[in-house]
This record gives sequence, C-alpha cells and structure tokens, in this order.
Amino acid sequence: MNAAPAPTPTTTTARSRGPKRWALAALAVAVLLVACASAVAWLNRWGEAPLPEGDGPPSAPPAARSVARGEYLARAGNCMACHTEAGGAPFAGGRGIETPFGTVYSTNLTPDPDTGLGRWSAGAFWRALHHGRSRDGRLLYPAFPYPSYTHVTREDADAIYDYLRSLPPVRQPARPHALEFPYGTQTALAVWRAMFFRPGGLAPEADRPAEWNRGRYLVQGLGHCAACHAPRNALGATRDAAGLRGGLIPVQNWYAPALDTVHEAGVADWPVEEAVALLRDGVAPRGTVTGPMAEVVFRSTQYLDDADLRAIAAYLRALPGGEPQGRRPTPPEPPKAAMEQGSALYARHCAQCHGDDGRGRPGAFPPLAGNRAVLLDTPVNVVRTILQGGYPPVTAGHPRPHGMPPFTQVISDDEVAAVATYVRNAWGNRAPGVATMDVYRARERRGR
Amino acid sequence: MADRVIACTACHGREGRATQQGYFPRIAGKPAGYLYHQLLHFRDGRRSYPQMSYLLEHMTDGYLREIAGYFAALELPYAPPPPPQAAPPALERGRRLVHEGDAARGIPACVQCHGAAMTGVQPAIPALVGLPRDYLNSQIGAWQTGQRRSHAPDCMARVARQLTAEDVSAVSAWLAAQPVPGTGKPAAQAPGPLPMPCGGVEASARGDAP
Repeated sequence: MNAAPAPTPTTTTARSRGPKRWALAALAVAVLLVACASAVAWLNRWGEAPLPEGDGPPSAPPAARSVARGEYLARAGNCMACHTEAGGAPFAGGRGIETPFGTVYSTNLTPDPDTGLGRWSAGAFWRALHHGRSRDGRLLYPAFPYPSYTHVTREDADAIYDYLRSLPPVRQPARPHALEFPYGTQTALAVWRAMFFRPGGLAPEADRPAEWNRGRYLVQGLGHCAACHAPRNALGATRDAAGLRGGLIPVQNWYAPALDTVHEAGVADWPVEEAVALLRDGVAPRGTVTGPMAEVVFRSTQYLDDADLRAIAAYLRALPGGEPQGRRPTPPEPPKAAMEQGSALYARHCAQCHGDDGRGRPGAFPPLAGNRAVLLDTPVNVVRTILQGGYPPVTAGHPRPHGMPPFTQVISDDEVAAVATYVRNAWGNRAPGVATMDVYRARERRGR
Repeated sequence: MADRVIACTACHGREGRATQQGYFPRIAGKPAGYLYHQLLHFRDGRRSYPQMSYLLEHMTDGYLREIAGYFAALELPYAPPPPPQAAPPALERGRRLVHEGDAARGIPACVQCHGAAMTGVQPAIPALVGLPRDYLNSQIGAWQTGQRRSHAPDCMARVARQLTAEDVSAVSAWLAAQPVPGTGKPAAQAPGPLPMPCGGVEASARGDAP
C-alpha cells in the first residue's frame, strides 16, 4: 500500500480559509444579534426611568376629589369590563381575553397587597399605563391596551390610581396566561414592542378647538377605540390607530366598523346630538349599538358627561374621510334562488318586527332598509346578529330596550345565508350576497 | 311588554309557553322570584348557556326583574304531556323518588320543596311538571357537575349529587309524562318546612340581587 500523498499547498490553504470564513460569518451574525438585542432592549426602555428605591403606596388615604375623578376616568377607560369576571368582584380580574396567540387573564386591580395593586405606587401604576411595564419590571401584554393608554396624562393616571386604591381589597390571585410558544415569552414581547410600541402622549394641536383636542384625547387615550376600530396586522398590532378605519376583532369575530366613513359607522353627517345619544343611550335615530359596542356603552360611555360626549362626537365628526362618497363599486346582483328563499324566510320570521317594507318600527325595531350596519361589505355582523339576536344595552336613557331572538336554533345555515342575502338586497339595499360558507365562518372564532 | 321580550319566544315558544316536545323550558307562569334569579344566574355566569348570557349581558337587575314578572304573570293553558319515554319499572322508580325520596341515601322527596302538585312554590321554587325530559336531564346533570349553580347553600346541587344516572333517568321520564294539574299555578307555600337550607330560596325571600 502506498503512503498517502502529502497534501498539496492548495488544499491546505482551502482548509485553513474555510474555518476563517465561518468564524468571520459567525462573528458578523453574533454582532448583528447583539446589535438587535441591544436595539430591542433600548427601545423597550425608551423614555423610561426606573422606579425609585423603596417605591410603594403613600400611607395617607387618597383625597375624595381625586377618587371621584378617578372613578369617572376609569369608566372612560372601561377598565372594569376586562378586569371583572362575569358575576365576580368588581376590578378583581380573572376575565380571559382571547387573542389569536392564546388567552390573557386580566389582573386584580383592587388594593390587596399580595394579589392586587396594594404594594403599587402611583409611579408604578403610571409606568404600567404609559410604558406597559409591570411593577416587578415584566413587560405587559398589549391585550392591556397600553398602546392607547400611553396617551393618558400623569394627572389622570394618578386619579385612577387613587380611585382603585379606594376600592375594597379582594384577595384573588391572577390566573396564569395561556399563551402559545413563543408568544408567552418576555423576549417575544420585547421584540413585538420594539417593532410596534412607542410610549406616547398627545400634545394639544393649537390650531384645533379645545373640544376637538379633548375628543382626540378620549378617543385615542382612555377610550382605546382603536383596540377594535383599527385594523390589525398578523402579529396583532393595530395599524394606523388614529385612522379608525375599521377592523375585524380577533377571535370575537365581530367587525368593528370604520369611524371615518359615513358608509360604515362614521358620524360626519349626523347631528352632534345624535352621536352623543348613541354613546349615552345606546340608541339614536339612525343607529343602535350591538355586539361588543353594547358593552362599551353599558359600562363606559353612558357614564360620560355631556361635554366629554360632545368632544368625542366633535372629534369623530372631524376624522379625515377614508373613502370618497359614491365611488364604491356596485356589488353584483344576488342569486335569484337565494332572494326567493330569503324573501319567504323573511316573511315568516322577520317581517313581524322589521316590517314587509323593511322599515322596522321606530322606537322598537330598527329598519333594515338603508341600514348601513346591514350593508357592510363583510356580512359577519349581520350573520352574527341573525344567529345570536341580541339586546341593546339597558341605559338610563333607554331603560327598557326591545330585543331580537337568536335564530341559531330555528333556521339552518343555508337559510341564514339566504335571509341575510335578502335583507342586504331588498327595498333598494345592495350589498354582496351571503354564502353558506360565510355563515360557517361567522360561527367560527377566527384567529384561534 | 310582549314586544320587548319577543327575543325570548324563538326558543321558549310563543308567550313563553314552550311544550314538553322540545328542549327549552316553558317560562310562562313560573314563580317570579325563580325566573328573576335564573336571569341573574345566566347573566353572572352561575348558569351556563351562551345564548342566554349573550342576550342578558348588558341588562340591569331592574329590567330583569320586570321581564321575570311579565312571564310569571302569564296564565296560559298547558299542552297534554307526551307519552312516557321509559319502561314501567323505571317510571315506578321515578314516581317513588319524586313522592317519597330515599331517606336511606339522604334524598328528600321532590314534592317536599316543589309542592304536592309539583307546580312549584311561590316565590322561588319552580315547577317540575310541564318540562321536556331532555331539559330535566340536562339540569340535574349540570347540578352534578357544578355547571349550574345557585346561591349557597346550594340545596339542588346537594340533592342532585345523591342521584345515580338511573335515578336521574327514572325521575325525568316520570316527570315529563305527567299532565299539569289544574291551572298549573305555583302553590302559595310549601307543604311543610324545607328538608334542607336553600340559598336560592333565602335570596329570593330577601328579594335581593346576589
């Protein structure tokens, strides 16, 4: 057997160059990773000061005036809706907020020292609202709408803190979130925040009336309207939160209509009084709140004072229109068979309240003819309404509402599709027809 | 008021008089306190039926009380019961449990609380006759699993947990086959003292919300 040939110089060079290249590449990747990690870390600390040593709640009880103000502001922020379980102690947390990434459980906001905010300072509370960081330094999930609450002023945050501190303490430990990997990790959250969150604050626009500025503060801040009324990207971040261009609420699967166009839920062509009435009473001459908005009126906006409701209305009326009127393409004619089937079903199940002419009965049953909630491009809300029925919220201004029966036990999905197609295309209405598949989709909780 | 509660009629029948043929219980003529507390239970998560919770989610105690009062005050005839859905031995077992209970196993007779005519007792105890068998089965089952609850001490949960699957099936089969006597109105009071404390009855007597 011959001895192995001595390696040629060429191979030696190639062998030694290989590891060098790899080392260089690895170094470059490492540098890039460190740079990204530093950027993420730095962006997550943007404008944030650490809590002082020995930080904790003041020993003196909160001032009554601040408590009262805080209660009002907590209503404006609708804190209670998420931080209270059905039938549970107010503000004691435990309600599951379903997201496409898993379920986030709300925390206990009562002043219990071990399970609530009892050891929190006003500064820590402000940091949670403004920076989305918990007292112990953990990043908070944006199911807590701090991308909106970051606009809340320190003064208002302090008043809400005082109000929460005045509540009876309830011992109720937080339930651990049930998020899928990797969304449950702090690293994933830090990356998300680096991409989509910056602490805010709204400087008043001097050339706008004070009322408009107040409305903008309530809508973009405490009201967190964008949480539903703005579209979200694949990672669950709202896109163009200030635009309020409408969005499908993940998992809940209701479409929150656009507030910037009169074709959906815009109020630019409504008298201010009617927009105020809708938010205060849940009903107005040209609309009734349903679905998730019923909760907003029931727990939040019905308690706002007239000046704030007018400010919200003024701001919404002045939103730049997203879509010029009269330029929407006309949807195609619906299938004849569906219209005939839908017409028969309508006569049997719907006409008693909504009328043969689709005009409803003022003060009791809403009209369907010309009703923009019926005519939204996406049929999900009209289908959900047929399946689930519903009542407008009971409010001081509208204490004995009429309701609609759920038809999910009464008619099949095919029939729901036909009757939805019919009401969207009878009496001069024109909107895309509804297929049985749309009904299946509306039943599913999309995004899970 | 009938127009305001038309939402209830898709399932509970015209004027709330669902028959024993389907699943949904009749609500017309039930004791007002009972109906009111069931509405609160659905709204506040002590009873679980998503459609009910969805309809009631944004209602005040006051409006729920008014709705309960409206249905309680309706006096409407009952349909005759469907034919029995079990063999005679099971029906006899059901009849005995309803009328005599089983003292050895700590099961009181149903009639001790729900009235000798089983048409319920004012203001908080519901009728057991005039209801679909499937509904009766699912309610006793829900009490056994804790899915249906009342105020503590929850007497029905305690009774339900003493019943075997055969007991439940026998009781529901016998009850669902009984005609509703007379006008079906709830009795003014129970035949004697209740055999165990019932939080729901006490809450209703206080007239309070939980």
